[in-house]
Amino acid sequence: MWQRLYEELSPVGFTVIAVALDSEPGAPEPWIEQASPTYPVLIDREHSVARLYNLVNVPQAVWINEQGRIVRPPEVAGAYDTLNRLDPVTRTVPQEVTDTARATRLHYLSAIRDWVANGAASPYVLSEDQARARMQPHDAQVAEAHTTFRLGQHLMASGRDAEGRACLEEAKRLHPESWAMWRQTATKLENGIAAGPEYLARVRARALEDKPYYPPVDMPGVPE
Amino acid sequence: MALGQITLLTETGAVGLADADVRGHDLWLAAAALNVATGFELKPEGLCRDDLCFPLPQGREHEFTRDGRVNVAAFWRYRGGAVTHSQAGDIWVLGEPSDEQATRIESLEAPDFTLPDASGRMHSLSDYRGRKVLLATWASW
Repeated sequence: MWQRLYEELSPVGFTVIAVALDSEPGAPEPWIEQASPTYPVLIDREHSVARLYNLVNVPQAVWINEQGRIVRPPEVAGAYDTLNRLDPVTRTVPQEVTDTARATRLHYLSAIRDWVANGAASPYVLSEDQARARMQPHDAQVAEAHTTFRLGQHLMASGRDAEGRACLEEAKRLHPESWAMWRQTATKLENGIAAGPEYLARVRARALEDKPYYPPVDMPGVPE
Repeated sequence: MALGQITLLTETGAVGLADADVRGHDLWLAAAALNVATGFELKPEGLCRDDLCFPLPQGREHEFTRDGRVNVAAFWRYRGGAVTHSQAGDIWVLGEPSDEQATRIESLEAPDFTLPDASGRMHSLSDYRGRKVLLATWASW
């Protein structure tokens, strides 16, 4: 997804670090092989980066400057909420939705280019106060979801499947915002993707609760 | 319960401890084990790590320390950290306490992590200091 951007900007002090939130041994490797990216692609079986950064879906991203400080906290990385506009019968979306999705992606990429060119002077770099305001400590329930999820992964890796699976279900219940926890533990289609009717139904139900699958990014000039 | 072998998972990794005293939701560790697992030690002023000391709440000291042992689960909950354990009490997970989360957010420092790529080579975020980093999630699911 990021290869062309990486090739363009890596000579001027930029890198992508992609993290696969993937607990299933062997699941991400075929994707990595097929895309053969030249930027680092890491495998995070315990979803530890999701826990540390409060990431709840893919693709989300965090912008980190040369000093290792966060200049844009987690947000949707150029994706648009097309799923909620999917016609369940034809499994297609209207053309204007496809167009907005494309414009959303291009806008996000141009924002990254602006940051790489202009650093702290870029209008897409948040002030420290703005960045802090977008980061919250986990509330008690979400914190418990993360420790429970981690325990579940550890139990599964030690062959204690029944107890491990129960932990993952409990974690998912405790942290309804996390699509990563939900889809990791959901039933997968034959292609390994959790995109069955249950998933689409949940996307719709959450959207009705004003919890869109991909909330719009709060940055200047985002396409409507 | 007899002293037993446990695995303790914290933000700094997993550590095996030989003589843990597990009592329900409480986990009593000897001073040396506490130090290995969390970096904390029991001092006259409280439970301390580096320059940071947490005085134990007055009148409740026995909930946290007894006979040279420290109830790390109670201490973690006191700091607003989540504590989860397996049914058998042999695997414990300590979440990042509220005070550490608040400090981290205030500093805006990107927390470091170390993970393997598909070939097994380890990468840390800190290896890329000096570059702008787009830290991006993806998944096969």
